[in-house]
Amino acid sequence: MSVQAQRLGAQVAGVPRTRRRRAFRAEGRAAFWFLLPSLLGFLAFLLFPLVASLALSFTNWQLLNQPKFLGLANYIRLFTVDPSFWRALTNTVFYTAEYLVLNLVLAVGMAVWISSLRWGKRLFRLIFFLPTFTPMIGASLVWVLIFTPGGLMDWVVQSLGLPIPNLLVDPAWAMQAIVIVSLWSGFGYNLLLFGAALESIPQTYLDAAQIDGATAWQRFWRIKLPLISPTLFFGTVMTAITALQVFDQVYSMTRGGPGAATATLGFFIYQNGFTTYRMGYASSIAWVMFLIIMGLTAFQFRLQRKWVHYDD
Amino acid sequence: MTTRREERGAVTAGTLVSQGAMALVALAFLFPFFWMLTNAIRPNGEVLAVPPRLLPSDWQWGNFLDAWVYLPFGRFFLNSAMVAGAVTVIVLTVSSLAAYAFARLRFIGRETLFLTYLSTLMIPQAVLVIPLFLLISKLDWVNTFQALILPVAFGSFGTFMLRQFFKTIPRELEEAALCDGASRLRILVSIILPMSLPVLGLLALFTFTAQWNSFLWPLIIVNGTDHATIPLGLTMFQTQQGTQWNYLMAGAAISMIPGLCLTILLQRYIFSGIAMNSGFGGR
Repeated sequence: MSVQAQRLGAQVAGVPRTRRRRAFRAEGRAAFWFLLPSLLGFLAFLLFPLVASLALSFTNWQLLNQPKFLGLANYIRLFTVDPSFWRALTNTVFYTAEYLVLNLVLAVGMAVWISSLRWGKRLFRLIFFLPTFTPMIGASLVWVLIFTPGGLMDWVVQSLGLPIPNLLVDPAWAMQAIVIVSLWSGFGYNLLLFGAALESIPQTYLDAAQIDGATAWQRFWRIKLPLISPTLFFGTVMTAITALQVFDQVYSMTRGGPGAATATLGFFIYQNGFTTYRMGYASSIAWVMFLIIMGLTAFQFRLQRKWVHYDD
Repeated sequence: MTTRREERGAVTAGTLVSQGAMALVALAFLFPFFWMLTNAIRPNGEVLAVPPRLLPSDWQWGNFLDAWVYLPFGRFFLNSAMVAGAVTVIVLTVSSLAAYAFARLRFIGRETLFLTYLSTLMIPQAVLVIPLFLLISKLDWVNTFQALILPVAFGSFGTFMLRQFFKTIPRELEEAALCDGASRLRILVSIILPMSLPVLGLLALFTFTAQWNSFLWPLIIVNGTDHATIPLGLTMFQTQQGTQWNYLMAGAAISMIPGLCLTILLQRYIFSGIAMNSGFGGR
């Protein structure tokens, strides 16, 4: 029947119709070849590992033994028995919350400040952006030299008589060292992103508000912030996704210590997977991290209806 | 443009205070770079001196050469350059092809496939590294360049970025060529890509620096120094007997040089690329 319909269609529409269909099929063939390299890589290095890690998370695989299916046992163990998982989870949530808030406040504040300057806007943006494309490991080790016991920071703190212990040694303060390094290396990108959004606000809006008697404070909260909110949203989502995975800083500065004070999920996965080779268990932690990222991102997309303003 | 009105206004005390305060903040922000460089060129015994010396008593520029041979830093540098370079070439090639298909060719399931690609941007690396490590071990690729290069060269970020740009190129430009019987590949190579050089450059920059800085995957897949990249090499300074701080700082400085140079040289370009992103949420 479909053949008949096709023939009928061909008769009615004449040549262009068949030509169009042939063109469509030719495009499909071309698309196949264009996508092939990407698809092969996608299957081998993204989809396969994704599915495999989910499967592994239900087993007790430790690299050398025969993997045994455990059902949800790994997940149950994580949430009921393993105190070091809870530690890593709370550390990660604490780090992400603190880093995210400070990063956004600093980036927005500095972006507004810089855009109000008379000279050197570009230069200042460049300076704060400098660490962005340098290795986190390099930046972390420079800060380790500053924070190390008997180092510069200790000397400054002692000379000023401040009640601050050594950041790398004191369990209650160690996470602050990680946050400082992450901020130093990471807030420049958001600064640039928000700065560009601020520059794109039409000056006439701000002038009009000023004529109507709006103070600088009101212009910031009522005009600038709503207008850059789509960019702010994008920056928040991306920063949160990276923050939840924090690893390089932790590995190079504290190795999760002192004690487990800075052991984050990323570090805990590495430890379980590659120092004790509990691959199955490590996979289940990785999936918890993934679920948190998905959940938080979905939550942010829901929340954006409340505070993000789009032009159209 | 937006500042025309402000520039005409008088210089008040407020402007000067604000300007000066920002300069101080910027100087403080740059201090870690200063501390890295001055410690790279001082004698190791002076690094933790009390009270700290702002400048070295003896400017030992030779430390950079010593650090270079203290660990096989030349090898790390070459390894990093090779891995980052190879990944960049693969990403540009593979993403251009895929992005063209997504932007221009009609085929069944295009939108679904594209959304699938897009959603993988959320997958944390930690989920992938364990199965990837097992895969690489099975292939007997541990400690090889292909293990450092291939698994990280197929992310969907590049495809997404290029597809967005290709969609802004008017179709009319390629229709004439199509009528003349040019193949799709030819159109991509001789019409689309030459028009996309700024975006391709930006993608190359993002990819190269991301790989140059990458740490977790090399840490997992490399043992010893033969295939170690620079970030991995830097952590090796720590595990030697006591830390050779001055060499470590020289190494850190070397590791940062490509990123810093690229940022300063290409600032106009990077900034406008990121400004492009700032409209991302609105579209």
